[in-house]
Amino acid sequence: MSLLSLSALTKCFGATRAVDGVSIDIADGEIHALIGPSGCGKSTLLRLVSGFETPDAGEIMMRGQPIGHLKPEARDIGIVFQDYALFPHLTVEANIGFGLNRLPRAERALRVREHMAMLQLDGLEQRYPAELSGGQQQRVALARSLAARPGLLLLDEPFSNLDASLREAARRDIRILLKGSGIAVLFVTHDREEALSFADRITVLNAGRLEQTGAPEVVYAHPRSAFVAGFLGATNLITATAHGLTAQTALGEVSLAEPGEGAVMLSLRPEALELLPVSAHRPSFEVIERIFHGYAITYVVRAQDGAQFQVLARVMNSAAVGQQVGLAALAPAVVVSRPAKSMP
Amino acid sequence: MALIQKSSGGRPPLLLALPAFVAGGAMLIPLIYLLVRASNVEWSELVFLVWRPATALLLFNTLSLVVCVVALSTVIALPLALLVTRYRIPLPGLFSALFTLPLAIPGYVMAYALIGLSGYYGPLNAFFGLRLPRLEGLTGATLALGLYVFPYLFLNLRAALSSLDPALEESARSLGRSPLSVFCNVVLPHLKPAFLSGWLVIALYTVGDYGAIALMRFDVFSSAIYSQYAGAFEVYYAAWLSLMLMALAASFLVMEAWAVRGVRLSRSGTGSARPVPRRPLGRMLLPAIAFVALVLLTSLGVPFGVIIFWLARTPEAIDWTTIGHSTLQTLMIAGPVALIAMAAALPVALMSSRYPGRLSFLSERMVYLGYAVPALPFALAMAFFSLAVVPSLYQSLALLIATLALHFLALAIGPARARLLQLGPRVEEAARALGCGPLEAFSRVTLPQLLRALIAGGLLAFMVAAKELPITLLLSPTGTHTLAMSVFSRTNEGALYDAAPYAGLMILFSGLFIGLVLSNSGRSRQDR
Repeated sequence: MSLLSLSALTKCFGATRAVDGVSIDIADGEIHALIGPSGCGKSTLLRLVSGFETPDAGEIMMRGQPIGHLKPEARDIGIVFQDYALFPHLTVEANIGFGLNRLPRAERALRVREHMAMLQLDGLEQRYPAELSGGQQQRVALARSLAARPGLLLLDEPFSNLDASLREAARRDIRILLKGSGIAVLFVTHDREEALSFADRITVLNAGRLEQTGAPEVVYAHPRSAFVAGFLGATNLITATAHGLTAQTALGEVSLAEPGEGAVMLSLRPEALELLPVSAHRPSFEVIERIFHGYAITYVVRAQDGAQFQVLARVMNSAAVGQQVGLAALAPAVVVSRPAKSMP
Repeated sequence: MALIQKSSGGRPPLLLALPAFVAGGAMLIPLIYLLVRASNVEWSELVFLVWRPATALLLFNTLSLVVCVVALSTVIALPLALLVTRYRIPLPGLFSALFTLPLAIPGYVMAYALIGLSGYYGPLNAFFGLRLPRLEGLTGATLALGLYVFPYLFLNLRAALSSLDPALEESARSLGRSPLSVFCNVVLPHLKPAFLSGWLVIALYTVGDYGAIALMRFDVFSSAIYSQYAGAFEVYYAAWLSLMLMALAASFLVMEAWAVRGVRLSRSGTGSARPVPRRPLGRMLLPAIAFVALVLLTSLGVPFGVIIFWLARTPEAIDWTTIGHSTLQTLMIAGPVALIAMAAALPVALMSSRYPGRLSFLSERMVYLGYAVPALPFALAMAFFSLAVVPSLYQSLALLIATLALHFLALAIGPARARLLQLGPRVEEAARALGCGPLEAFSRVTLPQLLRALIAGGLLAFMVAAKELPITLLLSPTGTHTLAMSVFSRTNEGALYDAAPYAGLMILFSGLFIGLVLSNSGRSRQDR
């Protein structure tokens, strides 16, 4: 039985369907990311689960019991807000102990100390939130929610308020900590790198609807739509004519991950393409842009008919702007059913 | 980058510094003089003068009244503030305005209405056969003041409640706390500064009020000061009572500063907070309607109803000539007061916003001190000072106007200062770079943008001067009968018919001006 189960959850604000028939299952101990562009309904979904909004339709179950009718404080679900919402009038210690008011005093103190140590907050007991750095504030907010030992923890854009330099280290530390605590986590982000690196499974939302759910590797490698392909990373969307496991494209013939027929749209990631010397057997392309990343180079190349492709090449494979090159696919292309309206 | 733009001009020009300092000094000298005069009394005489049971009773009465008025305003203001910020009600803007409107009804008019309600010929007896004793004492004074001043607290609480980050309450809920526990442990601590500043304003107002309390025949410091002075019984006793009252007011200020110290409420996060979600009233619907109806009926319905009742029953024709004369006298006092306050506000506001430093800070603080000193001690100090320095000014219209202008100067400065800080010195500097001299740059660039704020401040000073009672009573030349004095004296004599038209005019007048001030400060074309 899954820990949290959302089925056909729907929430409307006036005429807009902020969340439109979304179903997700989350297992015990799983870290699950909700990702999508701003306005896709991910924050509303979080507020429905936490009980601060009531769904117009659908069901929320926790361990098989419906919880949609319960008040937020009775749901056993903790939430860490984007700006942490620490109580500015209470010390760090009192903030962390806030959800433990029903415990005996000694036990409460012990639990607070445990969580202060766990999140490396020792020595800050008597500080007030305004006297903490951004990273410390975030850890206090986490400690406050974890100390209450919720069945499920919700995180709303947990790393967006940290400096870019702190973000990666904080992400790694907190992932280890959450995995160690065994608490299931549902978190919202618009940062694809964060979703891919932090979560066990991800759900991509667009305009209130669920686009795809799965392990990050699977969703990244096998996007089911042009939107998912484009949202999770740079990609080449290629119109093609498919025949079984191959398709004819401007690149020549490419193999497909799954069979297709007729006019389709393919997604081929830049790292799945490589630059080759010009040859009579294959079409040639002109290098029109070269973007150096340090560890790799992105080339933008143009076909005879004007179609452009991005290629992520290793540094040793160097080509100059204006040079003619050939292209080859290193991996099968993925059929994304709908043609994309726009490429991010 | 610094948010507050400071002019790099350094020392302020004398043209600006001198008037600002004169305005500040004019406030302080009479108060110092009062202290000097009062301390002339021999020690043994002083003990006899001050250390008597009557003084203790005055202190006890004054403090009980403060506690009761603060309690009544809190009981009224907190539920109303919660209602307009947290619940889904129709027309929350209209209700907010209605709950602010009682400020337009001066305390002595409220006292008149409450007194006029009961009695043999009063509306309660006429319509319901209900004969109540005339309201007076602590109960009467508490009702008259509480029903008038609660909007100060309401406005403070409403602002605090609507700026509270809803994520704080939601966090507390998700940590397992009930709504009541969240209210006590998260919301109330956040309302503390709003409560304290609201209570401070109300407490200062209560110790400074004379009219409503005197009509309710309750003996407090202010009424004792007036009767001792006006009756010329014991001038030194009046002086010492004034000093004690000032000390009491100062102790409120200190207590508020002490209580608000260490309150930490700054939001820890960045970005803008969401607006507070509103709940439907649900089961609270009927109690809420009953409560709002009760508050509006007593704070607005009673004064309007009583005035209309007595106007309709007046046995003889209303004496329009006397009323016209009285109105004219009121305007002749309030008009010059507003003009002087505006003229003095400009240099003080310019100094404090453009040349921040010890000198400008001092002159601005003194202006606010003049406003915080209770009215009767302030008037008494001015009377003493004028008797000693220019005796011919004593009981002259000039002294009355000067005293009122000094007392209300702080009100005129507020809007101008805020506007100046908002404008910043850059536009003026741009004009200088385009070849304007300092005076030309000021008059062509800054003054036109400042004018609305100056006028709004002037209107505010005009309104409070027109409503003012204790200073006018104490300092006005004989034969003066402003509208406020007429309401007061006629109610005091029990002539409720006669007082009604004056009370009505007073409400009309202050309501009109509150509207004017609000519309003047609310829309300024240059605002983005």
